[in-house]
Amino acid sequence: MDTNEMKTRIRTFLGRTIRNQQVADDQDIFAAGFVNSLFAMQLVLFVEREFAFAVSNDDLVIDNFRTINAITHLVQRSILLAIA
Amino acid sequence: MKIELTPQQCERRAAFRAFVDKHIVPVAQQVDRDECVPRSLICEVARQGYLGANVPAKFGGTGMDMITFGILHEEFGRGCSSMRSLLTVHSMVAFALMRFGSVALQQRWLPKLARGEVIGAFALTEPEAGSDAASITSTACPITDVDGYGNGDGFVLTGCKRWITFGQLADVFLTFAKLNGTTAMFLVPRDTPRLTVIPINGMSGTRGSMLAELRFDGCRLPADCLVQKPSLVSGASLSTVLDLGRYSVACGSVGIAQACLEASVQHAYQRKQFGVLLNEHQLIGRMLTDMMTNIRAARLLCYQAGYLKTIGDPRAPVETLVAKYFASTAAVKIANDAIQIHGAIGLSESLPLHRYLRDSKVAEIIEGSTQIQQLLIAQHAMLDV
Repeated sequence: MDTNEMKTRIRTFLGRTIRNQQVADDQDIFAAGFVNSLFAMQLVLFVEREFAFAVSNDDLVIDNFRTINAITHLVQRSILLAIA
Repeated sequence: MKIELTPQQCERRAAFRAFVDKHIVPVAQQVDRDECVPRSLICEVARQGYLGANVPAKFGGTGMDMITFGILHEEFGRGCSSMRSLLTVHSMVAFALMRFGSVALQQRWLPKLARGEVIGAFALTEPEAGSDAASITSTACPITDVDGYGNGDGFVLTGCKRWITFGQLADVFLTFAKLNGTTAMFLVPRDTPRLTVIPINGMSGTRGSMLAELRFDGCRLPADCLVQKPSLVSGASLSTVLDLGRYSVACGSVGIAQACLEASVQHAYQRKQFGVLLNEHQLIGRMLTDMMTNIRAARLLCYQAGYLKTIGDPRAPVETLVAKYFASTAAVKIANDAIQIHGAIGLSESLPLHRYLRDSKVAEIIEGSTQIQQLLIAQHAMLDV
């Protein structure tokens, strides 16, 4: 799966909750007030299920989920780690 | 689409039901009266592996899928909500360790929790912080001299927790406290110096759940007591653990409602008034119909939530809110109707019906009150449009 495909999937998921607003790839969804604790939990579940890996305890930090770019980077890094 | 339990899940339900009927139902009234559960019963539950239901086999647990886990909690709820609440808080502690704990913490605690050698409790609520969990005032201050002899990093924990289920009995407390302004999670052993456990008695519901107040008066904790540092977004890790508790309470509520239905059917098909059996009176029949229908709906919502949890679907937390909201409010109504069908004897100590009503009311309050569920579910209403 290429980077654009990943970003599209993440954007689609975010769009289900963040309606009527376009989320830019580098937009901080936490700072924008889009994310409450329940949605953060759903976001982690989404990333794990959609991209088929378990987010490690060390990776459960806000910087890894702050933007679409950051989530994409986390996914790519985690998949590479799993393959290695 | 296929909505039915697997043969294995059916077998497990039969086994859980048999266990509850043999070991829990006979003592449930006594548990309610005495406000405690016998240690021997907890040992028996542990022997069956029920305390490790959500712990993977590699840590000595039984690693049930989440539907089977829910069925276990339903059956326990049918027998005794206090025993169900033991499963609830204990499994929440194990879950927090699995989801957030370090490998070292997992290896140290999970096998003991899974075998029931250690009982875990969930310490969040404070005298001034219930539904508004973000306002807890318990505080963990980082220190560099945790043992007082110049050795090791750690924390000093100060604060008060109240209404802690199985606080009187638990060996470790999953304790939430502010660390640098945001909520963090600590695993605090009961024998920690300057921790005082004060029993709370005289509750009206889940009377056997051995509530306690915990006072942390400057408890020194080693650094490895920290299960989860503040991360992601404040309260996200708490929500994750509460979500499991909500699921347990939802399933337990179905169990209470099922017990009410079974008692009501038995009574309505035996007792005659005005020359005919109660069930032939249309107003009684309507109550039985509503009971059956709401129980089936609540159970299906629980299965749905359990299925989504098993596959790790991001819809699971919202479906769990819906299941808990529906099942707990239905259980209160059903327990109320069960007493109504029974008449005076429904209020007597010879039957467990008023226990069911008192316990169902607790389910509407714990792990997020009905009003909190309503607020949270409403935030997701757009998803169904």
